[in-house]
Amino acid sequence: MSRQDCRILSARFGRPDGHRLAVYQAAGGYQALRLVLAGMKPDEVIEVVKESGLRGRGGAGFPTGAKWSFVPKTADQVYFFVNADESEPGTFKDRYLLDYDPHQTIEGTIISAFAVRANLAFIYVRGEFGWLVDRVQRAVDEAYAAGFLGRNILGSGYDLEMIVHKGAGAYICGEETGLINSVTGTKGQPSIKPPFPAVSGFLGKPTIVNNVETVAAVPWIMLNGAAAYRGFGTEKSPGTKLWSVSGPVRRQGVYEVPLGLPFREFFRDDLGGMRDGEELKACIVGGSSVPVLTAEEILSCTLDYESLQQAGTMLGSGGMIIIPQSADMVELLKVLMHFYWDESCGQCTPCREGTGWLHRVTSKLLKGEAVAEDLALLERICDGMAGLTICPLADAAVMPVRSFLKRFRGEFAARIHETAAAGSPTRWARGE
Amino acid sequence: MEKPVIATDLELTDRSRQRIAALCARYPTRQSALMPCLWVIQDEHGWVPAAAVPYLVDALGVSEARVHELLTFYTMFRTEKPAKYVLQVCRNISCHLLGAREVIAHLEKRLGIRLGETTPDGRFALAGVECLGACGHGPVLQLGKHFYEQLTPARVDAILESLRRDVVPRADTDRLFEEDR
Repeated sequence: MSRQDCRILSARFGRPDGHRLAVYQAAGGYQALRLVLAGMKPDEVIEVVKESGLRGRGGAGFPTGAKWSFVPKTADQVYFFVNADESEPGTFKDRYLLDYDPHQTIEGTIISAFAVRANLAFIYVRGEFGWLVDRVQRAVDEAYAAGFLGRNILGSGYDLEMIVHKGAGAYICGEETGLINSVTGTKGQPSIKPPFPAVSGFLGKPTIVNNVETVAAVPWIMLNGAAAYRGFGTEKSPGTKLWSVSGPVRRQGVYEVPLGLPFREFFRDDLGGMRDGEELKACIVGGSSVPVLTAEEILSCTLDYESLQQAGTMLGSGGMIIIPQSADMVELLKVLMHFYWDESCGQCTPCREGTGWLHRVTSKLLKGEAVAEDLALLERICDGMAGLTICPLADAAVMPVRSFLKRFRGEFAARIHETAAAGSPTRWARGE
Repeated sequence: MEKPVIATDLELTDRSRQRIAALCARYPTRQSALMPCLWVIQDEHGWVPAAAVPYLVDALGVSEARVHELLTFYTMFRTEKPAKYVLQVCRNISCHLLGAREVIAHLEKRLGIRLGETTPDGRFALAGVECLGACGHGPVLQLGKHFYEQLTPARVDAILESLRRDVVPRADTDRLFEEDR
């Protein structure tokens, strides 16, 4: 199958008028919705999505149909949230989906909301995407005017309201319970699970939160069938995936490729390899929170959930950061630790304090003021954070630290100074 | 204890007041409309004046603490009048790899201020921010609702030169058609 054939999600990327309803409809847009509302029951939609093997594209990779089926059938009120709070460093695919093709996501949202029997859907767009909030709102208005939203959609008796909600600058709201809490008008701090949102979420009612890329795939799946979707990708990772690629390669951008594509091929054919004078050193393949791989490791991976897990990392959000030989790994880690320290919501002590410590110690390393035991200290801080918090932000900070230290230890060790010029060991606040 | 005096000096246009009323009706609870209501106020003023707090307490039936909680938790809400042009430059990993440091250094030199500072005439503020979701287009700068991407020192000069004449150059994310405006 030629690679051109796999543009399920990205068919209108780069098209200046791709956001218009007329353009979307001319390409078969809203046909899936007509099909679903004309003759399918919500559970039948869930079955098709289950069969397709679609997995959550926000980072966790949880099977979408299974998630939907957790909503109690007896629920009197269900809410559906689209997570467009895209803020994982290295990730910019949802922005493309909403910028070039907002109606695809809107149609996917309507079908998904119908499947879980929701009558109110939110599209939560990160606040920094100011222009995009306006664009999505305009498309939602168009969909209302065309009768795809509101009461009795296409005469089916199904009602759905849709609200475009603008975030206000908090990475933590990308976590699903943080996102729900944010829309209730409180701080977007995550809640402990269980209960899972599918059982008790927004205002205590069953709530499904799906990533933009996940719902955007739903119209195609409904129109072409689960088997056709499984025609792309691998047995365990079916379908296509959007990769956001940044760094000094010849062609950065957002690429849609079938899951299971060898990285080597993608890197050579799509990205055009490194820019002149640069050489591949490392790759953070799934957004800044997943473990970094060396060039050698990533070059032997295929781009799917299982292969990347085997290599010791994760597919995550598909935010692929290409790191050249010229990059200073100590400096990059310090840049990342500044981010997690800045974005920790402060709710859990291990994260609030730990991210601060990680930032301070990596800053010290960068300044050449670190002593030998600071490397062990970094690892000890990680041990005090991983798995000990309500949400995965602490783990997200720990994974880069551990993997940078494991794979590029030499660069870190070279920053250690045992001389008088160095500062004293960073004091670990444990009764010292 | 005496009930606090409700301040009424928040200047809002009728349109903004109507938008707030509409949001309260549209969201499932009035409290859940707090965030979009703060946006309505900030969109009109450029920041959220202190008088907005009692106004929202009254309009939404939320506590004063709740409003402050949101204003301080979310970095995009401003509780002080900002500079005329707030230039927010991403310094996260991808932009860093693509030359954000040089762009920031250049901005600092041209504006004569450091990150986090405002020019004495109150026209320009320079801020370092975390990932803006423009990673393949870095280095990136945000001004208002829009992004300027793939920055170089020369492009920075062109943008600043234009802003000094109070002409906001067309941003890379501004792909609206003329008929859409």
